[in-house]
Amino acid sequence: MKVLYFAWLRERIGKAEEEITFPPGTRTVGEAMAHLALLGEEYAYAFENPSIIRIALDRRHVPHDCPLGTARELAFFPPMTGG
Amino acid sequence: MVVPLVRVQAETFDPAAESRRITQGRTDIGAVVTFTGLCRSEGGSLAALELEHYPGMAEDELLRVAGEALSRWPLQGVTILHRFGRIAPGDDIVLVVTASAHRRAAFESADFLMDYLKTRAPFWKKEHPVCGEPGGWVAAKTADDQAAGRW
Repeated sequence: MKVLYFAWLRERIGKAEEEITFPPGTRTVGEAMAHLALLGEEYAYAFENPSIIRIALDRRHVPHDCPLGTARELAFFPPMTGG
Repeated sequence: MVVPLVRVQAETFDPAAESRRITQGRTDIGAVVTFTGLCRSEGGSLAALELEHYPGMAEDELLRVAGEALSRWPLQGVTILHRFGRIAPGDDIVLVVTASAHRRAAFESADFLMDYLKTRAPFWKKEHPVCGEPGGWVAAKTADDQAAGRW
């Protein structure tokens, strides 16, 4: 699945996007984030405070307990500061 | 059926032209509100803001917010333009235009759109100070969440 990172998450991880195959049994977007946090120091740093991270699934905001389902694009980012 | 106009762009924009785009050739609009958000210098300490966005989702989310305004107020036009990239103090960042038969709907919906897009549209601001290293990412404000919560 295509995974995207924005703002300081992108900077901490050191890349804007990548292709990730989540382990079987990864049910929700929050579980997907917990898996990513184990991929290395930079990921652990990016996801050190998971409760503040916002998640979008196929370009829609979703809560952390949203099922991954058959979505194609998963994005992680900090609270938004546009406008 | 009002179709909102939403654009995410690097270029600057012309609020007067965007207002005319809605009102031209019509006689049923009694009120147009345009809101422009600009980049502050923060007392001279800021050289520029860098605006990052999520291409695709930013447009989608602005359209959803515009659709929400159309479902709540009797509007005859809605435009939202949001810039990305490097923006200098004094330059425009965001434009909201709402048009209605009467002023209340135009004022309220423009206010609503700004509150909503701040907490929903995927944009992030990074500060570049006049002195020193590129600065940090602007932190989201609780006050913005509270402002969005009042609608």
